[in-house]
Amino acid sequence: MEFGEMERGVGDAVSEKDLLNLEETELRLGLPGTDESRHKKSRNSKRPFAESSDVSGSSKGSCVAPHHDEDHESAPAPKAQIVGWPPIRSYRKSTLQPKKAEAEGSGIYLKVSVDGAPYLRKIDLKVYGGYPELLKALENMFKLTIGDYSEREGYKGSEYAPTYEDKDGDWMLVGDVPWEMFMLSCKRLRIMKESEARGLGYGV
Amino acid sequence: MDPSKSRDSAESTRVIQFPNDVLERILSLIDSHRDRSAVSLVSKAWYNAERWTRRHVFIGNCYAVSPQIVARRFPNIRSVTLKGKPRFSDFNLVPPNWGAEVHAWLAVFADQYPLLEELRLKRMTVTDESLKFLARKFQKFRALSLLSCDGFSTNGLEAIATDCRHLTELDIQENGIDDISGNWLSCFPENFTSLEVLNFASLSSDVNFDALERLVSQCKSLKILKVNKNITLEQLQRLLVRAPQLTELGTGSFLQELTAHQYEELERAFIGCKNLHALSGSWEATTLYLPVLYPACTNLTFLNLSYAALPSEELAKLVAHCPHLQRLWVLDTIEDVGLQAVASNCPLLEELRVFPADPYDQDINRGVTESGFLAVSLGCRKLHYVLYFCRQMTNAAVARIVQNCPGFTHFRLCIMKPGQPDYVTNEPMDEGFGAVVKTCTNLRRLGVSGLLTDLTFEYIGRYAKNLETLSVAFAGGSDRGMQCILDGCPKLRKLEIRDSPFGNGALLSGLEKYESMRSLWMSACKVTLNGCKMLARQRPRLNVEVMKDEDMDDGQSYKVYVYRTVAGPRTDAPSFVHTL
Repeated sequence: MEFGEMERGVGDAVSEKDLLNLEETELRLGLPGTDESRHKKSRNSKRPFAESSDVSGSSKGSCVAPHHDEDHESAPAPKAQIVGWPPIRSYRKSTLQPKKAEAEGSGIYLKVSVDGAPYLRKIDLKVYGGYPELLKALENMFKLTIGDYSEREGYKGSEYAPTYEDKDGDWMLVGDVPWEMFMLSCKRLRIMKESEARGLGYGV
Repeated sequence: MDPSKSRDSAESTRVIQFPNDVLERILSLIDSHRDRSAVSLVSKAWYNAERWTRRHVFIGNCYAVSPQIVARRFPNIRSVTLKGKPRFSDFNLVPPNWGAEVHAWLAVFADQYPLLEELRLKRMTVTDESLKFLARKFQKFRALSLLSCDGFSTNGLEAIATDCRHLTELDIQENGIDDISGNWLSCFPENFTSLEVLNFASLSSDVNFDALERLVSQCKSLKILKVNKNITLEQLQRLLVRAPQLTELGTGSFLQELTAHQYEELERAFIGCKNLHALSGSWEATTLYLPVLYPACTNLTFLNLSYAALPSEELAKLVAHCPHLQRLWVLDTIEDVGLQAVASNCPLLEELRVFPADPYDQDINRGVTESGFLAVSLGCRKLHYVLYFCRQMTNAAVARIVQNCPGFTHFRLCIMKPGQPDYVTNEPMDEGFGAVVKTCTNLRRLGVSGLLTDLTFEYIGRYAKNLETLSVAFAGGSDRGMQCILDGCPKLRKLEIRDSPFGNGALLSGLEKYESMRSLWMSACKVTLNGCKMLARQRPRLNVEVMKDEDMDDGQSYKVYVYRTVAGPRTDAPSFVHTL
């Protein structure tokens, strides 16, 4: 039980100010995550701990994290995270995070554009079980209605129609081919205004 | 001697002299361990009668007592609840291999309680060997519940399924389990019929569905079934028609494309579940078929959506069918709008827990705010338990919330950014929490957050007279804060503090207090080794354990865990835990 006589004197320790983490409450213009170096350097810093999803709950207790922030600069960096904060059980974190993480390899990521919207979104097709769920997700994401698909009339009756660019570079109507085939051949999605979608060869 | 005194003592002697078997008969009807503890203090006769009749022992800290001492005092135990690691171990603040191994307990129980029937463990380390030992040595074993434990794999579960012939309960929740395969489910013998509770929602490996279906058909007393994500809707339907008597259901992922016919069948299966009062599942935001649930929701009292990232509209539609809801756990994807729907539809709500879907997201526009909480407090006047993760809060809102619901017993507010003030006034959250402790006189558990000065702790010490558990993080200004707590809260049992400027003065101010508490945890505070040594020296009946804090860069910080014990210092402490 040899610690030696190393201990903090009363006066010399971290100041209250640091402990109150007042810097946390400063308004900053940087994007979340860009203040990581500040966290690493401050005297009272906790070692930034990227809560990794290398888990089936087995990261519980492994608080001596191997990750150094440098490793994460290439991917969208996880924010500098304080160990064990917010106080959520490891199991809970590991079940929620994989969905949000930009995991390589396992997902089928596609860009989705909507006519009239200023920027694109990205979705992971793997998350959805079939067309109904995909369309519902797109409706939620872009706050629009897509309507029901019919083989004869496509998405007649709604303002928008979902289309996709397939492997051959052709623009197709979403729903025409079986889901598994769609997952393999779809390269990007575009939600068109119904008036434009008519040109895809159905309706009048 | 004063004649009136002798008369009194004669009367009091008469009262105590029940025949033993009458006393034991009466005492055997008492279940609450707190009542039993009180009973055991009355007299020697009552102590003895109590110890012979106790069937269930609850051990809140596995190191506060040894298995030998427990077995010596209570010869007839059939059911044991054991809790191990400090709560902050859930958040990775305790290094692995810290301890709380169940095996030493099982070894003694095999000898002293061979007829043991139930074992419920929380935050203990359980190995596959322990599980195999359990299955082999206890012929009457019936119920196993593991919550937030670690150290075992699905291989251990195989032993339980294979060898526990009378198993009624297998409840595996949120553990650090090594999920190797779902084969354990197939290990139940073919003619197995005794299961009443089966919860494997947190396991991710596929189980053999035929084996599951057979199990469910045969176990006519099955009341609680929580399946994992891999069970499809079609499979769920088949299970439900075989178990319409279920009272609690965990559905799995609810993801699958259904034909119209399948949808109808599923709907009918849910309509058949007339006794459902608790529902949970790991639903995606894109889950389409939630409406099939609606008929089964009429009698729901507990809805656990903490693994279901539902948007507000979906939640609103769902709770509209749950008028009797008492407990609701959700993710903050439902946002304030979702909480408003809860407020409008669930007037009987008593407990609300809102977890963050994306805890590391700094985007202040996601999740729930003070408005959602306020709305619920207006619509649900019976609310007394809240766990609320949010990104913004105001003192005014908190004050109004407790005005609406003064009956809070558990108030756990987590403003996720450490040290964040009232976002409107920029002031500390002192007044908000002050209002909580002043108004909620029945408050037993409090979790504080945000920017807090010593004033918060002054308020707590002065007003929170029923407080038993307090969690503090990134708060306080000086030793005085912690001192106020230790001086002021007579019923305090558990105090856990992290990242707060409390030092030796504060630690030592609790000298008179710690033996009446279960435990104290302090990490990343200003306590030094000397202070801990002083505490240990003056209080030999406490275990004062220190660990070097690896997360702090200065190499001089310690994590301190102090707890009362009759078992002396730990004999199984790893090298990084030092008992002073």
